[in-house]
Amino acid sequence: MVESVERQSQAFPEEEREARAATVPRWAITSASLVVALALWEWLGRDINPVFGSYPSAIAVAFWELARSGQLATALAQSLQPFAAGFGLAILIGVPLGLVIGRFRLLEAAFGIYITAGYALPLIALVPLLMLWLGLGFAVKAAVVLLMSIFPICINTWLGVRAVPKSLIDVGKSLVASNATILRRIVLPATLPYIMAGIRLAVGRAVVAMIVAEFFTAISGLGAIIINSANNFDTAKMFVPVIILMVLASLLTWLIGAIERRVAPWQAEIAGRDRE
Amino acid sequence: MGEVRLIEVSKRFALRVGGAAQTVQALDRVSFEVEDGEIVSLIGPSGCGKTTALRIAMGLESATAGRVLVDGVEVKGCGYDRGMVFQQAELLPWLTALENVKFGLEMKGVRGAALEERAMQCLELVGLKDSRHRRPYQLSGGMQQRVGIARALAIDPKVLLMDEPFGALDAQTREGLQGELLDLHRRTRKTVLFVTHDLDEAVLVADRVVVMREGRVEEVLTVPLPRPRDDLATVRGRTEFAETRYRIWRALHALPATAH
Repeated sequence: MVESVERQSQAFPEEEREARAATVPRWAITSASLVVALALWEWLGRDINPVFGSYPSAIAVAFWELARSGQLATALAQSLQPFAAGFGLAILIGVPLGLVIGRFRLLEAAFGIYITAGYALPLIALVPLLMLWLGLGFAVKAAVVLLMSIFPICINTWLGVRAVPKSLIDVGKSLVASNATILRRIVLPATLPYIMAGIRLAVGRAVVAMIVAEFFTAISGLGAIIINSANNFDTAKMFVPVIILMVLASLLTWLIGAIERRVAPWQAEIAGRDRE
Repeated sequence: MGEVRLIEVSKRFALRVGGAAQTVQALDRVSFEVEDGEIVSLIGPSGCGKTTALRIAMGLESATAGRVLVDGVEVKGCGYDRGMVFQQAELLPWLTALENVKFGLEMKGVRGAALEERAMQCLELVGLKDSRHRRPYQLSGGMQQRVGIARALAIDPKVLLMDEPFGALDAQTREGLQGELLDLHRRTRKTVLFVTHDLDEAVLVADRVVVMREGRVEEVLTVPLPRPRDDLATVRGRTEFAETRYRIWRALHALPATAH
């Protein structure tokens, strides 16, 4: 009985959407949860010594001061430019690399090991060395972001390729498609949901990578504001970039989810979305 | 023209069972032919090698020994002279029905207005013109398989190779599609090699039935039912239907033929 109901709801997506609209929307629940959490933080945080903790209104004041002095905009630009470059490169290199490693046994045997090992790489230990090579500016930050985010993207793509049903490859072969065409027209679209999941995982790692790089260089960007405020015991100011980064990472994750729904709409319809 | 000839086709492959290598003889000197415009069913229990034989005929797998000829030309890999219809339709889920049909044509190098026109024509042939913008998950199993057939027909192959195309469908949908296949065959006169494990289906659609068992051709029977057979309800009531069905059943169970 349960199974037949599920099947119906998949066959008629419009009906399913209508049924869900009648319940409380997701964003409302998320917003309510956020309001309660912030209120609790404000209430409890005021009793804490400002060196050991902070609270939303104090952070808001610190935010306003940082924004007015222009310090925040400069730091954001200094952080986001290498972030975008490193993350973009990670996608541009990681996806094709994962595709070919997953598709061709020879390449998998030859290069798979580096990808797996690279994923477990204790990158923080290598940052000082990277600084020696690349200096203290843009290049080293972009490199650290690239190295932290390329592996989850590549590994997920690789796994996704291996999960492509053999029968879909057979469709391409039976239509006399070349290997390159099969890769581009069948394997890539079939792997998209995995690729997007990899990019999503990489967002968190990339943000951490950027901050770690800035901690070490301690000259510019949001990471520098964090570490310099912490050294001056200015906890409220320290929280400003931390929260900005959290919001940024959440926005990016949401954006990637939105892109995923656009480029792979079939996935949401096939996968079970019927949750309690 | 579209004549398929399997000559002494054998297929062996190695299988690893709990560390020990085992050789499996999937096909053992299989020979039969499908004449131009004929429908031949290939029937047998699962594991008898019927799908392997079909995949070798398509060029998706290679034979260990023997040859497959299509109009006298030896099969070496896939080609546009053969169109494959898969067990589960195997439509590309990110494409609409129309785009799935176009996909095959694009692979063949058809471009521009001819592409659109031919794809629409084939969808119309299977009665899905109005559902052309739906994606596979918005189509029923029967509709998906009709798109699969349209995709194979679009490249205008000489031979249609069908791998248990209706096996995953419910009984009523299956009967509807069997009728549609016969209707399509009457209009296009394509040669069809049709793999199935369903006795009724094997008799209903075919001119001849090749019965396979354990990698060998057990028997080849002619179906003495007249065409057109679009009205399957009447065909089912005929004594020839029941008799042929019973003869195949005996062959499947390796019983000697009885004298009727």
